[in-house]
Amino acid sequence: MSGITVLASEGDTWSPPSLNEFFPGGIFFEGTPVEINRIHLIALLMTGLLSLFFVLAFRNPQLVPRGLQNLAEMALDLVRTFIVDEILGAEGRKYTAYLTTLFFLILTWNVTGIIPFMNMPVTATIGFPAFMALTSYVVFNVAGIRAQGFGPYLSSNLFIPGVPKVMYILLTPIEFLSTFILRPITLALRLMVNMLAGHLMLVLFFSAAWYFVFYPNSPLQPLLGIGVFGAGFAFTLFESLIIVIQAYIFTLLTAVYIAGATSAHH
Amino acid sequence: MDPVNLAEITGSLAAVGYGLAAIGPGVGIGIVVGKAIEGMARQPEMTGVLRTNMFLGIAFTEALALIGVGLGFVWQG
Repeated sequence: MSGITVLASEGDTWSPPSLNEFFPGGIFFEGTPVEINRIHLIALLMTGLLSLFFVLAFRNPQLVPRGLQNLAEMALDLVRTFIVDEILGAEGRKYTAYLTTLFFLILTWNVTGIIPFMNMPVTATIGFPAFMALTSYVVFNVAGIRAQGFGPYLSSNLFIPGVPKVMYILLTPIEFLSTFILRPITLALRLMVNMLAGHLMLVLFFSAAWYFVFYPNSPLQPLLGIGVFGAGFAFTLFESLIIVIQAYIFTLLTAVYIAGATSAHH
Repeated sequence: MDPVNLAEITGSLAAVGYGLAAIGPGVGIGIVVGKAIEGMARQPEMTGVLRTNMFLGIAFTEALALIGVGLGFVWQG
């Protein structure tokens, strides 16, 4: 704490990163409900780039893929092999399109957190993950209702077979809470808080390094600043791992929920 | 007359709270990953299934630590 206080007493103040990071001022249409800030701009840009990549790759698909198409096919194959085939099996192939879109959308929105000059994961604001979690919620519920019918789907989720009847008084509310209420909430929060924490750590490291190097109050502090910068760089590498893992986990959990909803046995 | 403080701690209580909140999930993720690796070493042909389930287990365990991060911001003070 004392280091921060000493720094703060100088002309240029250093303050630890706060939640204000995630609510930048509007750029376009300020004051209206469709106000667009920096994060929305990044989201629009990245979504455009992602669409452009896949449109360019499959604009003129060849039987023997070359170049960009090859790369895109490898990317699509990744989701199909590691998520769809492993969790849902052959009959789950129809969900490949949704799961692939989900994976790459989350990946591109996460990766802006470590792209220089963007430096803000879009998914660290609750709206984006919440909407994706809501979509997943609709998808797995509709999948379950289609596969089993409305009544059997509800009862297979709420009444676990092979339990004494009296226990349903206790178990059914818990099952209802965990399946229909907590699932989308944890799905959204897991992604959002992971990206938020990662972004705060990066801001902490790099802003501290900046002030140690350029506003030192002892000759040793620039050295410390270089050390802190190194730690920030290491954390960027760790963050790039988290970015892929979070996109994977979100998609994997959606696939697991779909698999659980479509199979009658709980 | 003002009371004399012999020992005073200033700073963020949320940071201490998060430190405490990270203990459980830390141990939990360690157990999840350790057991998964143990299983992979015993049966290398099951690696794919074990890895998938390992990530699932991590996702559920990690949620507790992440709630810890979030609550620090909810109750700032």
